[in-house]
Amino acid sequence: MRELTQPAVAARPGPPSVDAQRRAARWDLLVELAVTGAGVAGIVLLLLMIVFVVREALPLVLDPVQREQASLAKLLLPQPWRDGHAPALLWNPTSKVPKVSVWPLVIGTLKVTGVALAVAAPAGVAAALFTSEFAPSRLRTWVKPTIELLAGIPSVVLGSFALMTLASALQSAFGFDFRLNALVAGLAMSLAIVPVIYTLSDDALRAVPHTYREAALALGATRWETAFRVVLPAAAPGVLGALVLGVGRAVGETMIVLMASGNAALVSANLAEPTRTVSATIAAEMGEVVMGSTHASLLFLLGAILFVFNLVLNVTAGAWVRARLARREGAPS
Amino acid sequence: MTLGARFALGRLFERLTALAAALIVLALGVVLVDVLRDGVGVVSWRFFVDEPGAGPTEGGIFPAIFGTVALTLVMTIIVMPLGVGAALYLHEYASPTSRLAGLARAAVHHLAGVPSIVYGLFGLGFFVHALGGALDAATGQALKWAQPGLLWAACTLAVLTLPTVIVATEEALRAVPSEVRLASLALGATRAQTLGRVVLPAAAPGILTAAVLAVSRGAGEVAPVLLTGVASWLPDLPGSLSSQFMHLGFHAYVLATQSPDVDAARPALAGTVAALLVLTFLLNLVAIVLRARLRRGMEAS
Repeated sequence: MRELTQPAVAARPGPPSVDAQRRAARWDLLVELAVTGAGVAGIVLLLLMIVFVVREALPLVLDPVQREQASLAKLLLPQPWRDGHAPALLWNPTSKVPKVSVWPLVIGTLKVTGVALAVAAPAGVAAALFTSEFAPSRLRTWVKPTIELLAGIPSVVLGSFALMTLASALQSAFGFDFRLNALVAGLAMSLAIVPVIYTLSDDALRAVPHTYREAALALGATRWETAFRVVLPAAAPGVLGALVLGVGRAVGETMIVLMASGNAALVSANLAEPTRTVSATIAAEMGEVVMGSTHASLLFLLGAILFVFNLVLNVTAGAWVRARLARREGAPS
Repeated sequence: MTLGARFALGRLFERLTALAAALIVLALGVVLVDVLRDGVGVVSWRFFVDEPGAGPTEGGIFPAIFGTVALTLVMTIIVMPLGVGAALYLHEYASPTSRLAGLARAAVHHLAGVPSIVYGLFGLGFFVHALGGALDAATGQALKWAQPGLLWAACTLAVLTLPTVIVATEEALRAVPSEVRLASLALGATRAQTLGRVVLPAAAPGILTAAVLAVSRGAGEVAPVLLTGVASWLPDLPGSLSSQFMHLGFHAYVLATQSPDVDAARPALAGTVAALLVLTFLLNLVAIVLRARLRRGMEAS
């Protein structure tokens, strides 16, 4: 009953007082500053990342001892390692005479990435063609989320699947001398990158204007010819972007190769031999390294190489995709 | 080529693409069944809540679960304000032609492409050595903060998941119709009031999705925490932000590769991997469902 005794006017808020308006304005400014700060954080973090990864690798250039232990020649050229043997490319930074050739690691990374891409690229793009061009829409609505679920499997789970199950299955099927090898790691890696390639390719194919398909079909092309010779080329920039992202993921992926590749730093083209990648080397050796040693600097150098590789890959692919897209839209390029 | 042959060939290739899609789904199924089949036999209530026994292969995995949860919790507390703030800046405050916003967008894009092991190196170089060292020097302690620990690992994962949060939050903000913003501003609300009382409440489900995605990504990442604070064998739960901790993913890695007797470690490994998979999988499922709802809502409006 008390409400009735109160004047009705009091229930309606009057205009805010000058004080309240000032407060609101101050808040407004504060929020804008905070939000802008958060927005800039990404730039700051990226710069910090460059600075701090490079800073820890810098002694390789500045420190005379480290410069001697890991000279450019030792990093890149074959080195004598034992009397009576030809100079070789070896990675064994903890031996008495550290051997610091980066080639075994780079080759290992290329092998695993190559296998992963050889499997995941055709499978991912074909599956994307299926869901965007051929599949009934009901099927599409559950195939896409299902494949996206695959992307959510932690790489350590894929790694232990490869280590425990896939490696044994492949060995009994093909009779490999080594249970863990580049092929096992590459196949497990393809599971990690196929959802990336599939999802982005599917998005790119769906973004192709419907008029393209209608025109091709009206000219008498079959459904497959329309998809493969009209829609796929039109979506090429996006599909290429998907492949590039897949490569980037494969090159940087650590746990799968650490667990399934056998981790022997060999210079060899044989996929059935154990192999060691750049990323796995950092993960495996960082734990035991003495901070400030040449070895530690080398591992940060490997990290800097991975970082720069991904940056260059992203930038060039991004530029290419933008140029191609601009041409497709008919804008002067 | 006759028309019939062209159609037949087309149908053949169409079937091949269907086969590719089926193979990918099948591969997912094989991994799931393999991991869960081995794991289900081991997993019991005791396995989750028990302290480990005499060695890593005995007893339960409670410290690893606790460590993972504590890690992702601290990570979420750090990344959400930063990520949501950055998305608000990019979507609500910056003008479309702003060069700063363009740079920020590019930086986030590149951060998303940085390999996770490089995040680990960054965490070690920046958080542990530089920040931790400075903290120790400022507080006069020796090697409290300047060594790997829970806080630094969480910070590293927060940087790693920042792009995920920003992208997902921006999508949520896009789903809020601009009319409600204009209406709020027209009624005399300031920009901050519009954000706090109109935009953020409307975008809340999407922001929740962002958090879930970040947690599921962060819980599964091992490479960054490898260098910034994880311990392979530590029955004591982490007592402070500077303690080391156990982690489900790292525990699985240790069991799979470092145990002297692989066969003895198998059951514990299967259980740990199954626990990690179920955890991240459920989180992902939640995110996918939330996101599908959000997108449907967006198309409807």
